Amino acid sequence: MGALALVLPLLAFVTLSFVVPLATLLSKSAYQPEVSEVFPETMHVLARWNGEGLPPEAAFAAMAGELAKALDERALPRASGAINRVQGGMRGVLNLTARRLARTDFAGTWRETLAGISGDWLQPRTWLAIREAGAPFTLRHYLQALDLERKEDGSIGFRPEDSRVYTPLMWRTLLVSLGVTLLCLLIGYPIACMIANSPPKRSRLLLLLVLVPFWTSLLVRTTAWIVLLQRQGVINGLLVGLGILPDDARLQMIYNMTGTFVAMTHVLLPFMVLPLYSVMRSIPPSHMPAAVSLGASPLKAFRRVYLPQTLPGIGAGSLLVFILAIGYYITPALVGGRTGELISSQIAYHVQTSLNWGLAAALSSILLVAVTVLYLIYSRVVGIERMRLG
Amino acid sequence: MRSAPSAGKSLGSEGIPPSTKAAAPSFLGRRLGRYGFNALCVAGFVFLLAPILVIVPLSFNAEPYFTFTEGMLRLDPDAWSLRWYNAVLNDEAWGRALVNSLLIGVASTILATALGTLAALGLASPSMPGRSLVTAVLISPMITPIVIVAVGVFFFYSGLGLGQTHAGLILAHAALGAPFVVITVTATLAGFDRTVLRAAASLGAGPMRRFFRIQLPIISPGVFSGGLFAFAASFDEVVVVLFLGGLEQRTIPRQMWAGIREQISPAILALAVFLIAFAVLALLTVEWLRTRSASAPRSAG
Repeated sequence: MGALALVLPLLAFVTLSFVVPLATLLSKSAYQPEVSEVFPETMHVLARWNGEGLPPEAAFAAMAGELAKALDERALPRASGAINRVQGGMRGVLNLTARRLARTDFAGTWRETLAGISGDWLQPRTWLAIREAGAPFTLRHYLQALDLERKEDGSIGFRPEDSRVYTPLMWRTLLVSLGVTLLCLLIGYPIACMIANSPPKRSRLLLLLVLVPFWTSLLVRTTAWIVLLQRQGVINGLLVGLGILPDDARLQMIYNMTGTFVAMTHVLLPFMVLPLYSVMRSIPPSHMPAAVSLGASPLKAFRRVYLPQTLPGIGAGSLLVFILAIGYYITPALVGGRTGELISSQIAYHVQTSLNWGLAAALSSILLVAVTVLYLIYSRVVGIERMRLG
Repeated sequence: MRSAPSAGKSLGSEGIPPSTKAAAPSFLGRRLGRYGFNALCVAGFVFLLAPILVIVPLSFNAEPYFTFTEGMLRLDPDAWSLRWYNAVLNDEAWGRALVNSLLIGVASTILATALGTLAALGLASPSMPGRSLVTAVLISPMITPIVIVAVGVFFFYSGLGLGQTHAGLILAHAALGAPFVVITVTATLAGFDRTVLRAAASLGAGPMRRFFRIQLPIISPGVFSGGLFAFAASFDEVVVVLFLGGLEQRTIPRQMWAGIREQISPAILALAVFLIAFAVLALLTVEWLRTRSASAPRSAG
């Protein structure tokens, strides 16, 4: 009981400051009460409408009343934005109608009055859009995030190839993460091997060299790569100075995929080296010589004796690097340009710029599910307590 | 050959008689393999360190360029200058950013260290129920994609009136920093000999006295390095600040972010040199604490 009491303060703190905010975000992906909160009466009428032709007069009357009220209470932008995402152009129709309504004479029926302001009110698709946007629970954002759409016959299928946005980005994120993981393994394995098999003093020094970048600010490391890779940067300057490249053919190595790859590999490399090193240092140094003395070539001894024993380290390092890579934001945002952006950039874009929070939340949930699955595998197979920080 | 890191190779070369025809190429191959391996390692270390090292001389550039000018290469004293250091030190914006970074960093570190140490003590106890699940939850802020954390915190905290406040950032950074404390203190506790606590109890020390006079001093290196990790995490955090912070909460990384995105000036390199110095200092401190730690030198973390 005492143990739980010690853990409880942090558990409560993390729950309140971290878990609940995440849950709130995820709920936005499927729950969007804005429209039904602003137009409750209209939604009530539309719920009983069969969806054919135009809705009854009661819907027009409710809409007119609630539009005026929403304008007064400054609640309109939220609701009109949500409806606009179901059908483009609706923001303008709603704003125009709400503003003109006060100055328009009543034309006998609300239907005629609204139609007098905008002809769109006589379009059935206007009302269908309002009804769809008004459903408080929706899978629309998930459909959009997976590039799916509802076909005219009601079935769900993929969008045409050329208008898919998010699935290609997810593939790219996965491929880049795999590539970065592989690069980290290729560069990190020999390094870890050298550190683990050096005499103690040198081993400590080499480990410190790996930890310097680990401790150095991420922004500093990203700046360093900009300095090195940009067109007027150190590497291009060196190549031009040595006469390898003509001055007008400087390489574009940054603000594209190359920049993302290089900088991400650099940032994540220590996360590969540390677990590899931990495993390698526990392998008795006598194993390789023993295999060789029994007649194995060094390559065979490495492949059959050393490599299999390092598999836990390879697994732990790769999993960790991959987990960190698929959610990566800072480095791609700064050095990736447009072609090097990953899924996180789109989440940030939909929160900050397009204000499509439902879609941002749906993309976040998909990413979070992927990370959680990998994290659970990690904690099962590797054990979180064994994570190394240096 | 003898000084080569892996002992296997030298033994192998003796095991095969060098006079036979078959052995000669394999001997050469082995030698090439050894050189190849060393070259790979050197290349790896160059890749890790060169970007950081290159920044240091470039920050003394007299020109607003990101490349070595001819004058710098000739070691012409006029091509080197401290102008970017002056620019950073005399710019009020960086001063304000430093104050914000320190304020948020120190406050969140205190919170994370206190809560994290307590939690690690609880997790280390054999009677802890649901240990692996609880650990997974406590560590999760560390591996959750930072954009998701930032967006979630932005929506939730703004609703509570914590948007664009120092308090909001402190809370968020404390949650992000706590896992580091939990991990380092847990590692230190793994080497902690609980019999000293029983000894203290048998001599009449109460639980509070046992903790503050016996256990805390012994695990303090782990607590300090956890705190340092938490501070470094907050000191380097930019995404949550981007979403949640306003103009009044601009921190050093936030200011750097703006600098890199808008117009990158060599003043950023001068600042980067300060941050590298901080990183090296923090790293050496943690290493020093590790050697002082009660547990065996390499088991922390």
